[in-house]
Amino acid sequence: MSKSLITSLSLAAVLVAASSLPACEKASAGATFAPASVERGRYLTVALGCADCHTPWHVGPNGPEPDASRGLSGHPAELVMPPAPELPEGPWLVSAAATNTAWAGPWGVSFTSNLTPDVETGIGSWSEDTFLASLRTGKHLGMGRPILPPMPWPGIGRLTDDDLRAIFAYLKSQPAVSNRVPEPLPPRG
Amino acid sequence: MKACRPSLRGLALAALALASCAPDAAPPAPAPDELPAHLADTGLYADATLRDVAPDVWPYDPQYPLWTDGATKRRWIHVPAGSAIDATDPEAWVFPAGTRLWKEFALGRRLETRYMEKRADGSWLRASYVWSDDGGDAVLAPAGGVAHLAEVAPGVPYDVPGRADCATCHSRGDGVLGFDALQLSAERDPLAPHANAGVPAGQDLAAFVARGLVRGLPADLLARPPRIPARTPRERAALGYLDTHCGSCHRDDGPLAGLGLTLGAELRDRDGDHPPRALVTTVGRPSRFRPPGAPSCEARIEPGAPELSTLVERMATRDPLRQMPPLGTHLVDVDALHLIETWIREDLEPTP
Ligand code: HEC
Ligand code: HEC
Ligand code: HEC
Repeated sequence: MSKSLITSLSLAAVLVAASSLPACEKASAGATFAPASVERGRYLTVALGCADCHTPWHVGPNGPEPDASRGLSGHPAELVMPPAPELPEGPWLVSAAATNTAWAGPWGVSFTSNLTPDVETGIGSWSEDTFLASLRTGKHLGMGRPILPPMPWPGIGRLTDDDLRAIFAYLKSQPAVSNRVPEPLPPRG
Repeated sequence: MKACRPSLRGLALAALALASCAPDAAPPAPAPDELPAHLADTGLYADATLRDVAPDVWPYDPQYPLWTDGATKRRWIHVPAGSAIDATDPEAWVFPAGTRLWKEFALGRRLETRYMEKRADGSWLRASYVWSDDGGDAVLAPAGGVAHLAEVAPGVPYDVPGRADCATCHSRGDGVLGFDALQLSAERDPLAPHANAGVPAGQDLAAFVARGLVRGLPADLLARPPRIPARTPRERAALGYLDTHCGSCHRDDGPLAGLGLTLGAELRDRDGDHPPRALVTTVGRPSRFRPPGAPSCEARIEPGAPELSTLVERMATRDPLRQMPPLGTHLVDVDALHLIETWIREDLEPTP
């Protein structure tokens, strides 16, 4: 069953490779991160490819790319997905939307979250505590239902506290985008 | 894909997918050798028959017990000789190092005994011990818990939670949820769901103070046993139920603070001059939760209308993506749901 995640992860990897995001950020070496943490967070967010899933993709002048005007704002609320295709028995397991923001698999349908600091629809009301708890435990908001695939929290959750805080600081420094991502759907039953 | 359809199954598979990709990604668990391999070695029992408890272990019975799909429970506490629980703040007791608590779960026979022990560094060890069928032994459960140890109803599993799940619920204050001034009060709430009638002799607040286990309790709480201030008896029971079942996650601090939803009960304002936070943050307050296909915004509690209240909707489902509480049960607590619905319908003034 790890196929589901592997499938989606390798898909994400393909997209990462294809997107050739500018690798211009350098890791800020020190452990101090008052102003440097935002930079460090930006480096990590780019290197770990959060935008591959959390920024909706569209077809730009140079082919598929993340839609910069909606950076990190998750599955677009207005993009109401039709029911996911029913896959035949066999090794194909997961379907993904062209935006890379909606994923159907044995867990149901998951939609990537709005990681911008909008208070109502993003992580604006989250504390650092919430962010760390969520990525460490794999529970929604650190305390709720399981976070669904393909969110790769088991790996991200192994970053150091400082690195997670830096990512959070970077996300909080982004422009807020008001976009209410739909709740996930249970498996077809 | 057919086998994956039921939602529980699907979630389990998804969880598996994640787990199998990162076998050691779980948060650091206590070194297993700090936890005895057998319940018999935790100090609970007087002897190897595993029936009578040791003389320095005290039974107690909270007035608002947690519902776990109908399992029956027994609980005990041990505080090391010479130390005591600091009860100066009646809503935030602090337990001394070496404190141990046990909670036994049974469905016809003993299934598991959950155990927690406070370490010298102030953190808690928590784990469960699973009973053998014949009740002759109980052994340490794996860190990830035990799925489907028994059934609470035909086809409905009884699961032993994993250690990370213990920490999710046991995250309020010092981490003890059912041993405090309100839970031990001699003035029991007659409407509390699933509670035993009355306090067994020697198990109320005054008895634990007299024994020296609890120190620093404000005198007025002994003179006047604590009770939740409320406008009606039903409201008192509703607030008590929400305190135990929801208040450890839904509080003013911690990861969920941003929701602005507080469901714990308060003792400080004992005469009820201020409306409780559990009402202020729910009644007429818009919910952040928007179920699929329901564009309009619902109130957490719509006075007079339980059918329009998100809080009721979340208690009344066991869809694992929506159920409240999110873990620990597979069945809706029908008695409690009835209490909360009746309270919202009968006792809360509809907004004109
Ligand atoms: C392969 C796709 C993918 C990648 C890459 C990815 N995410 Fe996610 N993420 C998701 C999906 C899908 C969800 C929604 C899961 C759900 O609703 O349970 C999600 C949810 C989240 C959440 C919300 C968790 C919660 O408590 O509800 C956070 C925070 C998050 N991602 C952060 C990140 C960060 C930071 C990165 C990069 C370091 C990242 N994600 C990379 C797919 C991805
Ligand atoms: C283990 C922690 C936990 C417990 C216990 C818990 N909840 Fe929640 N609850 C959450 C999380 C996390 C969310 C936010 C995500 C979501 O909506 O699922 C939430 C969301 C909610 C919401 C929607 C939030 C809103 O804005 O209105 C309601 C209502 C709610 N819970 C009610 C309850 C009730 C009632 C109980 C007790 C019967 C309870 N919860 C117990 C973790 C918990
Ligand atoms: C769904 C939330 C939840 C989970 C998960 C949970 N507990 Fe608890 N636990 C409670 C609540 C609430 C009480 C207090 C009410 C009662 O005793 O019925 C409690 C009581 C206890 C007690 C008695 C001391 C106290 O805090 O009141 C022990 C010991 C205990 N739990 C151990 C565990 C262990 C060990 C685990 C994990 C294997 C665990 N619990 C998982 C909610 C939970």
